[in-house]
Amino acid sequence: MYLNANNISFAYKKNKPILQNISISVPNNKVIGLMGDSGSGKSTLCKVMAGYLQNYSGTVTLDDKVIDTKDYYPVQLIFQHPEKTMNPKWKMHKVLSESWNPPPEIMDTFGLKENWLGRWPNELSGGELQRFSILRALNPKTKFIIADEISTMLDAVTQVQIWDALLDYCKQNKMGILAVSHDKDLLEVIADDIIIFNDINKL
Amino acid sequence: MDNDLLRVENVSISFTQYLQGLEQHILKVISDLTLSVKEGEVVAILGSSGSGKSLLAHAILGILPENAICDGTISYMGNVMSQEDKERLRGKEICLIPQSVNYLDPLMKVSEQAIGDVPKEEKEQAFKHQREVFAKYGLGEEVDGMYPFELSGGMARKVLLSTALLSNPNLVVADEPTPGLDVQSVEETINDIKKLAADGKGVLLITHEIDVALKTADRIAIFYSGYVIEINDVDNFRNYENLLHPYSKSLMEALPKNGFKLTEGVQPLEDIDGCVYHENCPLRTDKCLKVKPELIEYDGAMIRCHNYNKEVE
Repeated sequence: MYLNANNISFAYKKNKPILQNISISVPNNKVIGLMGDSGSGKSTLCKVMAGYLQNYSGTVTLDDKVIDTKDYYPVQLIFQHPEKTMNPKWKMHKVLSESWNPPPEIMDTFGLKENWLGRWPNELSGGELQRFSILRALNPKTKFIIADEISTMLDAVTQVQIWDALLDYCKQNKMGILAVSHDKDLLEVIADDIIIFNDINKL
Repeated sequence: MDNDLLRVENVSISFTQYLQGLEQHILKVISDLTLSVKEGEVVAILGSSGSGKSLLAHAILGILPENAICDGTISYMGNVMSQEDKERLRGKEICLIPQSVNYLDPLMKVSEQAIGDVPKEEKEQAFKHQREVFAKYGLGEEVDGMYPFELSGGMARKVLLSTALLSNPNLVVADEPTPGLDVQSVEETINDIKKLAADGKGVLLITHEIDVALKTADRIAIFYSGYVIEINDVDNFRNYENLLHPYSKSLMEALPKNGFKLTEGVQPLEDIDGCVYHENCPLRTDKCLKVKPELIEYDGAMIRCHNYNKEVE
């Protein structure tokens, strides 16, 4: 299975285009790294591919079929700041079950403790929240994960734990990953191929 | 010891929180922190984001919020500082490079707020001095008339840095000076900080980025779950088999370029009995579960671990 972005161009309102004729292909048995400077439009491309933005030109396809936006969207985006993606008035079990209820052994591989489910988001650290936001995205209906700088704010030990669990899970469940980062060292370790964003953005 | 510019001893910072009704809860963020900064030295405190490192900077400058409780002593040039001392020294001999441009007044031009509140007759002189310092850090004259929102990330960084240096301080506290910057701006910031140390100033660098600490600092303090668990020379971090604490080693081994090695375990959110690292520690003994280790001197470094304190059995 392939996730493709075909000739994507996008501009915010009346500004000049930030994405120009971008094509990218992610197979479901690989990790593709996407590297680029901050402010170059990587996150915008992620949002287009995960169905967050409309009014772009070009198509996002799964095995050559345009993704149906009415159904569960099979491409899930994980953000850099997990605390901004969670309702502060929901406890963690509700945050998680909004997507699905993972079995305990999967919770365990991601280092999530049972008793954290009863906590509010502000009672957990950034690393712990990020584990929840990753697991939330791994709903069985998900086919591709886009990880936009998901470990930038974390310490090195937590970074390894999170990537180790995510890479393992995606391999077993045949989910493809598009890993976006500015950290070359990290991408060289986790990705099968690395794409330089400025090379594909034909501005 | 004699040339310690800043000496922080056994400092703990905690907050009083209200749970339900009048029920109170004391939340300890920094526990028993001890470290020193000499003249011409850069000391980095390395800890994950949101772990409370910035509070140390605020404690040194005396700008902690009112519900914070700060124990222990902070001395500057050998004298313990009271709140009045901090208020007198800050902005003059001790300066903060804040985390983000949010610390600037959004309605004031940058040059106006850089010079601060000066009498009318001294203003011209102050502006002249401000221009000199800004120019030294590559800020053109057009920047003087800008408002904070008009600055790009890299420019804002330079404005914060040069504003902190206007009064030619002896001690600079830099709070996360690099996040959100591109590679080139990070390099420039690192060089600027090194230049300060070369001029004989002491720098306390608070950061969560190991690379920045490695490139900038002379000594690095590792902050784990509210405690400093090891302070060691930067050379020992480069050759990390020389490090003492098992967590410091794991941290270095977890870097992508050092093997991306997996270590299990998460930092406890609240203070626990015994050593804070005992849940994940490979060298754990029964003592570690019950007794909290002190930060002791060992082989020229500082370490908080029972395994290096054999003689006091």
